[in-house]
Amino acid sequence: MADETVLQISGLNKSFGPVRALSDVRFELRKGEIHAVAGENGAGKSTLMNIIDGILQPDSGDIILDGRKVTISSPTEAQRYGIGFVHQEIALCPDVSVAENIFMARTNASRSFFMDYRKLEQDAAEVFRQLSGIDPSVVVRDLSISNQQLVEIAKALTLNCRILILDEPTAALTLTESQVLFDIMRKLADRGMSIIYISHRMVEIFENCDRVTVLRDGKYITTRDVAEISPSDVVNAMVGRVIDGLYPEKQTGPSEEIIFEARDLNDEPRFSDVSFQLRKGEVLGLAGLIGAGRSEIARGICRLEGKATGEIVLNGQKLDLKTYRDCVKHGIVYLSEDRKGDGVFLDMAIAANISALRVEQVANGLGLIRFNKEAHQAKTLGAKLNLKYGSLSGPVSLLSGGNQQKVALAKMLSVDPSLIFLDEPTRGVDVGAKSEIHRILRDLASTGVGIVVISSELPELIGLCDRVLVVREGRISGEVSGEMLTEREIMRLASIVDADDRLRARAR
Amino acid sequence: MSDTVHVEEALLVPNRRSDGILRGLFRMRETGLVLIILALFITMSFASPYFLTWANMRAMSVAFAVDGIIVIGMTILLISGGIDLSVGSVTALAMVIAGWLFLNAGVDPWLASLISIACCAGIGAVMGFFVTKVGLHHFIVSLAIMVIARGICLLGTGGRPIGLFTLPPEFKFIGQGSVGPIPVVILIFLAFVITFDFMLRHTVMFRKVFYTGSNEKAAAYSGIRTKKVIFLTTTLCSTLCGVAGIIYMSRFGSAQPTFGIGLELTVIAAAVIGGASLNGGSGSILGAILGVVLLSLVSSSLALLDVSVYWQDIIRGTILLAAVTIDHFLNKRRR
Repeated sequence: MADETVLQISGLNKSFGPVRALSDVRFELRKGEIHAVAGENGAGKSTLMNIIDGILQPDSGDIILDGRKVTISSPTEAQRYGIGFVHQEIALCPDVSVAENIFMARTNASRSFFMDYRKLEQDAAEVFRQLSGIDPSVVVRDLSISNQQLVEIAKALTLNCRILILDEPTAALTLTESQVLFDIMRKLADRGMSIIYISHRMVEIFENCDRVTVLRDGKYITTRDVAEISPSDVVNAMVGRVIDGLYPEKQTGPSEEIIFEARDLNDEPRFSDVSFQLRKGEVLGLAGLIGAGRSEIARGICRLEGKATGEIVLNGQKLDLKTYRDCVKHGIVYLSEDRKGDGVFLDMAIAANISALRVEQVANGLGLIRFNKEAHQAKTLGAKLNLKYGSLSGPVSLLSGGNQQKVALAKMLSVDPSLIFLDEPTRGVDVGAKSEIHRILRDLASTGVGIVVISSELPELIGLCDRVLVVREGRISGEVSGEMLTEREIMRLASIVDADDRLRARAR
Repeated sequence: MSDTVHVEEALLVPNRRSDGILRGLFRMRETGLVLIILALFITMSFASPYFLTWANMRAMSVAFAVDGIIVIGMTILLISGGIDLSVGSVTALAMVIAGWLFLNAGVDPWLASLISIACCAGIGAVMGFFVTKVGLHHFIVSLAIMVIARGICLLGTGGRPIGLFTLPPEFKFIGQGSVGPIPVVILIFLAFVITFDFMLRHTVMFRKVFYTGSNEKAAAYSGIRTKKVIFLTTTLCSTLCGVAGIIYMSRFGSAQPTFGIGLELTVIAAAVIGGASLNGGSGSILGAILGVVLLSLVSSSLALLDVSVYWQDIIRGTILLAAVTIDHFLNKRRR
């Protein structure tokens, strides 16, 4: 199992429209190794994996499998080459048995008219003998998330794969469950399988992988043995992105006036012991890896989900919030990260979208909507946000992503909010609209509106915010501002605080 | 680019609740339906000498007026994202309850009607409960209620119509009387149409119905109590069935336990032809009423032309399929 290379990729390019997702990317995978791929959100990891699995086609570049140049045109073809991909999201049929799920592809290709359940279960039991003790006749719905993840892996294994791609498989797992998974990974690797392991978590990479490749902004940065590199080095390689575009000027002198305070918020297992303050005029950021609990905290405060306990104080007044309606009444609003899913009403008029948060505002005493008042509100807020539209009575679906987001933002502003939580406010928004939105947020902050921005884009947080709280595993793991407001510091707090600790402990 | 946007808006935004600007333009669906109805009307007045008689006009409009009241409830329910298959049997049940109270318990017919409508509202509330609190689907809940309500009708009457020969003339006036040349039924129907069409377009209350149906999660994220909205639209639909049942009872002078079998199909078809979407979020009362008028006009035209009744269902089904297909492609282009 020496240094035999099974997969070699070079000069890989891939663009989506004007966006360059990968440029001149290299990657090399040896037989029997566990190879981590690290990078920030949007660094190109998923694009690379999707190309290896044939889901996407590269614009140019070579993929060499066992010394032969190949074109992988579909996941089916990838399977023929022995490449298995376990996606982050579990894609099993919840209502049928484990065995049927595992052999779905085989059943699909089968010519026989009847299902041979006994044979399926026997074969599945054979697969699991190598993995763990899951009963193949159990219905998938009844399994825990971690066991479902194992079923996904088993499914990939039945395809006789030699290369297994695991995309953040531990995101939904507990520590012990992850450990089981790592043991299995090691066993598979020892049998000669090559595993590509995608993760943000430095601990996992350093405890379980042999080598690590770092991508940044769609470019290849480095590939190293984990033995010869430290977690901090990896983080340094991941960050150091040039902050693109112009960000509005930050707050000059920090105000002492506190407009919002959260005290001891708890909502296990989403988040725990969350306390923070928001000062007048500042833009506060919430950073953290996806799934760390950033959005959960905002939605918990807004009473949109969960049952958070703790105190909420707005402008010195302790609030008793039960529903999101109560929040809106007090001027606390939440801009959703999923614009199309729950941010806007795509098939409804722009004006009706903007007034949705408090329709009563554009109605008279009898509860009748004054359409000219509604149109006026839309026009005024639209002008303020530089919204580009054909007609205010046209549906939002006709607008570009950036303008849809401005509609969602106008909806927030329609109630004169005192505090806005913005979850990924510039996701899917073009560069121009993005910097406009940043400018608007800064202006709002300077007029005394509380602005809390959740973002997965570190340059955005650094460019826009005065202060950033970092969330890790449902807790606030630190706060950075001023000189310390760097990508490296945020990444350190978000992913490796205890990686360094644990490695040190082990070294001792 | 901006030109295409305008063109698309003009073409592809039918029957959306308009905001006062360019109102006429956006009601493409209503305009189209009116044109089709007019064309059919003119053709028929040449094809049949009986068509353009006062008696025929009167019979035709009375035929769709009462169902039209149910269509209003169904349209609002569809806009909120729900559906109700029980409208036919709940309408029959309204007749049976009121008729039974009047005949066997000696209750004043007006009071009996009120109690009966309240019972229908109660049935709607029960469905609303199962949908919003228990979390079942409208389709299956209303299917169960459809069967249960019909069962109660048959159980209470032994399957035979209850003749109500002693109904006072004031009560019969609702279903059989006229004010001048216009049947009272038509006046009641128009009152309902105008009231609900206006409310649906202009009130905050009904705007929330549109928000809920358009995107329930986004509505919840706008602080709208979506479950309450769905509960209320479900209850409203059954209540309007109750009203329709009472009018039918007055018109027939009897309570018919087997009335309205298959009515849900006509009512849903009318609402959908009029622009309501089964996915919620769109629909208009005016459109739905035009849908009823169209279906009813087709039926009576075919009858006048001596076409077999069996053909009627085939043709009505075809019209529904055509309307929904056109809608599907319009929506696809808009997305």
